[in-house]
Amino acid sequence: MENSLKTRQSSAVCADASISAEGINKRFGKVQALDNINLIVDPGTVFALLGPNGSGKTTLVRILTTLLRPDSGTAHIASYDVVHEAQLVRSVIGLAGQYPAVEEILTGKENLEMIGQLYHLGKEKAKARAVELLENFELSDAANRKVKTYSGGMRRRLDLAATLVASPSILFLDEPTTGLDPRSRLGLWEVIAAQAQDCNTVFLTTQYLEEADRLANKIAIIDKGKILREGTNQELKDCCGGDTLVTVIIADRSEILKANNALKELGGEKLHSYPDIGEITLPAAGGTSLLPEVVRRLDAERIVITELALKPPTLDDVFLAITGHPAEETTELKEGSSNTP
Amino acid sequence: MSVSSNISNAMSDIGVMTRRNMRRYIRLPQLLVFNALLNVVLLLLFNYVFGGAIRTGGIAYIQYFLPGFMVQTVVFGSTQTSVGLAEDLSKGMIDRFRSLPMSRTAFLAGRVVADATRYAILIALMIAVGSVMGFRFENGVLPVLAGVALIILFGIALTWVGVFIGISVRDVETAQVAGFVWVFPLVFASSLYVPIETMPSWLQVFAQINPVTPMVDTMRALALGGSVSASLWKTLVWDGVIILVFLPLALRRYRLMGQ
Repeated sequence: MENSLKTRQSSAVCADASISAEGINKRFGKVQALDNINLIVDPGTVFALLGPNGSGKTTLVRILTTLLRPDSGTAHIASYDVVHEAQLVRSVIGLAGQYPAVEEILTGKENLEMIGQLYHLGKEKAKARAVELLENFELSDAANRKVKTYSGGMRRRLDLAATLVASPSILFLDEPTTGLDPRSRLGLWEVIAAQAQDCNTVFLTTQYLEEADRLANKIAIIDKGKILREGTNQELKDCCGGDTLVTVIIADRSEILKANNALKELGGEKLHSYPDIGEITLPAAGGTSLLPEVVRRLDAERIVITELALKPPTLDDVFLAITGHPAEETTELKEGSSNTP
Repeated sequence: MSVSSNISNAMSDIGVMTRRNMRRYIRLPQLLVFNALLNVVLLLLFNYVFGGAIRTGGIAYIQYFLPGFMVQTVVFGSTQTSVGLAEDLSKGMIDRFRSLPMSRTAFLAGRVVADATRYAILIALMIAVGSVMGFRFENGVLPVLAGVALIILFGIALTWVGVFIGISVRDVETAQVAGFVWVFPLVFASSLYVPIETMPSWLQVFAQINPVTPMVDTMRALALGGSVSASLWKTLVWDGVIILVFLPLALRRYRLMGQ
């Protein structure tokens, strides 16, 4: 994907900011929230845990950030044990929970200064760091306003800034863009991507396939407390995403049947037509070589083409194939996830 | 990390958390204002409604009752600790605090210190309003200051009970009701409003044991004159017992929150 924000695959230059979990189990009453979770996140990479609501994403984040103890299994953050060396773990991580954790009655600046002091940066350094972060997150103008008056996007930015106060080498972001408008989401994506560029490890959970696709070096798909599959987005698409499709949109929708017949031989059973939008899709078995053939055949029938493209499989297809249900329950924030060029 | 830097970090954390809670009182003055107003209203009602009907051995009811009323302020105050803490725990901020390398105790201690400051303000107000209503210290200023300090210490001890309840119920409404359950018997079945001798004998037994009684008796003696020693040591023992039981309990609850 050419507009990807990803930077590096893994790097030996980045210090020991790895995350590992072995055999993590957690049960709440009758619900097995996490079922034998194993994972390794390399330093300086972005890891996305992708799954629907209630799949166990937040529970795993809470265990890795020392807020919750696992029933069994071990986890290490920068080689510190999350149960036995919790305070050391806390000194190297930053956590942005599912809902912004900022104080409504304090100003943006006071919020960041408070966090800095609780990291024992010292008063002066905490102040300087707050100013710096407010600047970076475009909150300088609102620095002395109470958070109560902030918009949702501003709160998220402040929350993320608070997470970065002590420059942690490992960031945990639990659904960082849930509930944000598309513009704020794009802004946050840039911030997250920049973190990985600075050698920080980012562990993020999301319900949005596009988000994982854009940001993560490695994606794990979780459903009902189990990690079902793990890999780079390309690996996931290759294994379970189905075929790359040729999509054609014709100018005159009334000619859809004619077009359908002209291309039938190429697509066979996997050819689909969508009369309302004048679109036909067929598997691109021979890669790009099929494109001229499609043009030739439609031209022979004098059918005008308005759009012709190769559509790679998306993570939507992957998720559906692996879990049997879509990742997102609502579609309101799913703008542009089809990635049509 | 050395022990001394641990301790200085913890002290700094308590300072930060205290300021955070104090700012809440300052920025949301309604809370403190209505709190103060409620106390003034109760002071007026009790003095003018019941005062005439309660025999207090020859002294004016306001003289008898105001030292106790100062104690009541901190007893009721501890229920607000439960509520404030339950509110904190029901919001996302607690996850942030728990994910920081800060002292575990500081989160709770910061609230206790802030509440002690609130008590000092409220008691000063009670004294001011009481003076207008005719209350006079008959024993000089120093004993009164010592008494106020003792009441605040008593308040700190009870605040740890409030902290424990707030952490245990973790829900604002429940915390409110749970607070009243233990606070009302303490306040009313004591020497605070009426002489204990007027109660049925079984209740007198409770009133004698009730930690509010020696605290009230101590303050009364310091304000009006009279022997302090018997009630003073009882009240100090109670402070110690309450803190030794409820501080570790509250800390343990806080630590076990993620289990």
